[in-house]
Amino acid sequence: MSVLVYTESDQGNLKKGAFEVASYAKAVADQLGTTVTALAINASNTNELGNYGVNKVLTVNNNDLNSFSAKVYANVVKQAAEKENAQVVIVSSSADSKYLAPLLAVSLNAGYASNVIEAPSNTAPFTVKRNAFTNKAFEVTQINTNVKIIGVSNNAFGLVENSASATSEDFSPAIEASTVTVEAVDKATDKVTIADADVVVSGGRGLKGPENWGMIEELADVLGAATACSKPVSDLGWRPHSEHVGQTGKPVASNLYIAIGISGAIQHLAGVNASKVKVVINTDAEAPFFKAADYGVVGDAFTVVPQLIEKLKAFKAQQ
Amino acid sequence: MNILVCISHVPDTTSKINFSENNTKFDTNGVQFVINPNDEFGLTRAMWFKEKQGAKVTVVNVGGAETEPTLRKALAIGADAAIRVNAAATDGFSVAKQLAKVATDGGYDLIIAGRESIDYNGGMVPGMLAALLDANFVNNCIGLDVDGTTAKATREIDGGKETVATSLPLVVGGQKGLVEESDLRIPNMRGIMMARQKPLTVVDGVETTDQTTSVSFEKPAPKGAVKLVAEDNLDELISLLHNEAKVI
Repeated sequence: MSVLVYTESDQGNLKKGAFEVASYAKAVADQLGTTVTALAINASNTNELGNYGVNKVLTVNNNDLNSFSAKVYANVVKQAAEKENAQVVIVSSSADSKYLAPLLAVSLNAGYASNVIEAPSNTAPFTVKRNAFTNKAFEVTQINTNVKIIGVSNNAFGLVENSASATSEDFSPAIEASTVTVEAVDKATDKVTIADADVVVSGGRGLKGPENWGMIEELADVLGAATACSKPVSDLGWRPHSEHVGQTGKPVASNLYIAIGISGAIQHLAGVNASKVKVVINTDAEAPFFKAADYGVVGDAFTVVPQLIEKLKAFKAQQ
Repeated sequence: MNILVCISHVPDTTSKINFSENNTKFDTNGVQFVINPNDEFGLTRAMWFKEKQGAKVTVVNVGGAETEPTLRKALAIGADAAIRVNAAATDGFSVAKQLAKVATDGGYDLIIAGRESIDYNGGMVPGMLAALLDANFVNNCIGLDVDGTTAKATREIDGGKETVATSLPLVVGGQKGLVEESDLRIPNMRGIMMARQKPLTVVDGVETTDQTTSVSFEKPAPKGAVKLVAEDNLDELISLLHNEAKVI
């Protein structure tokens, strides 16, 4: 018996989210009195997993796994779960993990709870708390099956250091041919993604036009942040759909979310509610976002943002 | 092409979310129900396949009679037929099982579901359905073209998108991007009248065992008041973010 955690990598390196799910797996393993095994596919820095409580790493190195296929990857995780006799399988909330988890659930005959935000409140019955109603509420869910799959919500559990010396074991699962073939990937490799970002800077219709996004990008640059936008902005074509955050766009769960010229429609707030600290800059003191924010500046973005950029640059230079 | 669009009946995006019966049930009092937005993008793409490629479009929902107005709306938008599986939608796996039965019986080539419902946000039904049917599966789908039995799809990935080639039978987890927001259709009077004539078949559910059980709900703790910083005092904002919030 063990807890298996699928630790994702990108370009050969484990993703930040991998250490969060490893931390979560350690918490579950402690509750169950067992150990943590991580599964890493084509990743080099797996020894770092030991810092987050992983006891053993199954390392898979295979060029047939260079491009992601949910079905093929799910089958690899399944074989690892069976080999380790895993009672609980932990995955992240990345696009890829959310893609493979339902396939894995069917093949392992396992109940799956997604968007889980805390360690289980009980292990018999196995009970977890998850985000639901697009962050407007939490749902307490019980998983009834022998094998359980938990998808951990991004940036909800955090990193917990827990030193263990992880042993490494080569794992060579059977790999099927994919029937969904990746033909092209269009991904900016030099930019932090909304899913991975600690800080997200987001602009709304208050910015008046796409030509004014230079200051949003500059502010994001200073903070090492990802850029995002509200729904009207993406509907108007000012910014790409991939930047749209909110109920029908991408969810945001960053440490800091800065909303500039966004009034805060209920659908937008729902999508960004999981962010820990929210700052609003808006000319309209009555904008609903001020009720949902931690810090606010009532003022014109065109004067506030350039000043904020200069002051943050000075602040960063001092640090 | 024979298309099945899975429709979830969900509270409107502007709904206030409340719970009843000691926080164990969603309180439907005063709540307007709609087609799940992610499903509506898929339905609208299916309409395109109907108009351009002669596809037949059936919509399906798992739920009680109260969900029928939502199915009628899908018919008014232009679907040809509707099926309601008369079973409670209590767990993603059970819903996927019900849909798998409908999909197998109807011999559909393409099944479009939303990537997730905006109420429970489980995000599991499309993938589980694909696995149960042993069909190909593309999640977070933002573009789809079908030519004969081959399909080209665009999938949103973290930080970008990718193009994939696959074949029917195919299950798609759809979202905004499959069609644009401006392509969504508001049913007109003719559509609403015609929807009344279209078949809405009620079928019994199959036996399933729930893999998960919803125990209770909680609402987030009320938020403290916002701390306002004057626009000529941004140093204070930086100091608060650094020293108090500790996020920069």
